[in-house]
Amino acid sequence: MKEYIGVDGYQALAKVLHKMTPDEVIDEIINSGLRGRGGGGFSAGKKWKICKNIKAEKHYVICNGDEGDPGAFMDRSIMEGDPHGVLEGMMIAAYAVGAKEGYIYVRDEYPLAVTHLEKAILDCERSGLLGENILGTDFSFSIKIARGAGAFVCGESSALMKSVAGEVGEPRATYIRSVVKGLYDEPTVLNNVETLVNVPTIIRKGADWYKSIGTKKSTGTKVFSLVGKVRNTGLIEVPMGITLREIIYDIGGGILDDRPFKAVQTGGPSGGCIPESMLDLPVDFDSLTEVGSMMGSGGMIVMDDTTCIVDVAKYFLEFLVEESCGKCTPCREGLYQLHKLLEKICSGKGEMSDIEKMERLSENVMIGSLCGLGKSGPNPLMSTLKYFKDEYIAHIKDKKCPAGVCPELITYKILDNCTGCMACIPACGYDAIEGKKKEVHVITQDKCTKCGACYAVCNFDSILVS
Amino acid sequence: MKHDFNKLTDIFDKYPKTQESLIAILQDIQKEYQYLPCEALEQTSDVLDVPLSKVFSVSTFYNSFSLTAKGEKVVKICTGTACHIRGAKLLQDQLENHLAIKAGETTEDMKFTLEVVACVGACAMAPVVVVGDKYHGSVKVSRVKKLVKAK
Repeated sequence: MKEYIGVDGYQALAKVLHKMTPDEVIDEIINSGLRGRGGGGFSAGKKWKICKNIKAEKHYVICNGDEGDPGAFMDRSIMEGDPHGVLEGMMIAAYAVGAKEGYIYVRDEYPLAVTHLEKAILDCERSGLLGENILGTDFSFSIKIARGAGAFVCGESSALMKSVAGEVGEPRATYIRSVVKGLYDEPTVLNNVETLVNVPTIIRKGADWYKSIGTKKSTGTKVFSLVGKVRNTGLIEVPMGITLREIIYDIGGGILDDRPFKAVQTGGPSGGCIPESMLDLPVDFDSLTEVGSMMGSGGMIVMDDTTCIVDVAKYFLEFLVEESCGKCTPCREGLYQLHKLLEKICSGKGEMSDIEKMERLSENVMIGSLCGLGKSGPNPLMSTLKYFKDEYIAHIKDKKCPAGVCPELITYKILDNCTGCMACIPACGYDAIEGKKKEVHVITQDKCTKCGACYAVCNFDSILVS
Repeated sequence: MKHDFNKLTDIFDKYPKTQESLIAILQDIQKEYQYLPCEALEQTSDVLDVPLSKVFSVSTFYNSFSLTAKGEKVVKICTGTACHIRGAKLLQDQLENHLAIKAGETTEDMKFTLEVVACVGACAMAPVVVVGDKYHGSVKVSRVKKLVKAK
């Protein structure tokens, strides 16, 4: 806490409590152009304004730390590394909308984030930054931590609020907005971790300063989790509007082992894959949505020529089938059938008519689903069909997986340059490789399950996948 | 299986007796016993005055909760997107083969439970396997057997 205060921490809180009215705070945030970092990109200030203007007994502020998108981990590092920034952002939001109680909903998979937030809350309570009459004003606010329990759908606002209340996290129809009727049916502001952590800086340095970074419609910076087949993996904070090429090649240092770039996946299971031809696309909320992906929470997974795009689509659908809460039929059954069709294609039994079937079904799932999970669920499939149709056709017509991933469509062979080092023999869990020291080994195809273990351990590029 | 249920009182004492505490209490029970024993669910229902059916539905909805006993060490294979494209499937295959169980099962000697999880948020060091509470990054096939050496 001392360190946080040492870098101007809680100055913004003092400023709003002593010098600004709630409306002025809201106007400042609206003016800064800050948009929801959880993926939707809705104006944070406007959300606060709607919430504040609803007359109710209680208002709530909730911080969404249920970072469920696989491949993204920036919220974890913010909650672990800068817990006070999150708290200060929440306090300012609470002052602006008139809330007395707040919750931070943290994923169960992030125990360290919970520990750090708990300590930060305790420190604030002890020094009078949380509780009654904060900093000698009549503003009172308390924060509780609600731990998630491993359900992706709980990142959705209405499901999250159910979960905070100790119930099953099933979403409800979106025509009732949670900002109007949220937690315990009271108006609730739900902001993502990264959104809230931006707030104190905006208050301190002003909306105009914030707007000077990024693009006109997407202001400020964004943290991305740059991972996958890229040389430098990790978290990066970049100004909005930077191009994908700059991110992947300048910051990321290019593709691992200098292999050819195939695609970059953004937006998690609700997003899509962007092909090489669009690498010069500026990264902001609207450009990414335009090309059929989305900003999402900031996962950026780079793929090279050894990543099978059909397998990736199948992977996301499998994830969504598992995580669908099952309440509405289009999502529960629709995603299930889409996954089945992808499995069929990956196993070499696909037919050309399946593509059309998937497109039609995807449309229905998008229209008919209750919440965001289903509405955007077919995105990974639709975007890969749009940009990588050739790869689908290769699976269906040629019965080949060009990336060498789908087990039913590939074979492993040991080449003559095998040195006979015997590394692959124990690696194979199926006794499918035979060979003596310093002699070329042989794979018994009947026993081979195409798991790829031999390929992974071979140091001499002697294993051919075709 | 016999358990010492006296610890439940300590868990209940930590929280207000409302439904809002349900998930937190179940998490503590899960941590204490490695699963949710039937008797513990009944007691939770009594203490919080929440119907047992509701306690059961919450217990089965969330992935963190398990109604069957787990092994001494839980081995989690991360299958987040970054891990997936960096070979999580192969690690799963190897671990399943080595422990002679499928994901979701526990070894007969109750030493290991193998699980696949969506994303542990350590994507920069993919592929990741978590053994107990220790994170192992950039896991290679050659390291798999060492990870689950029975000790």
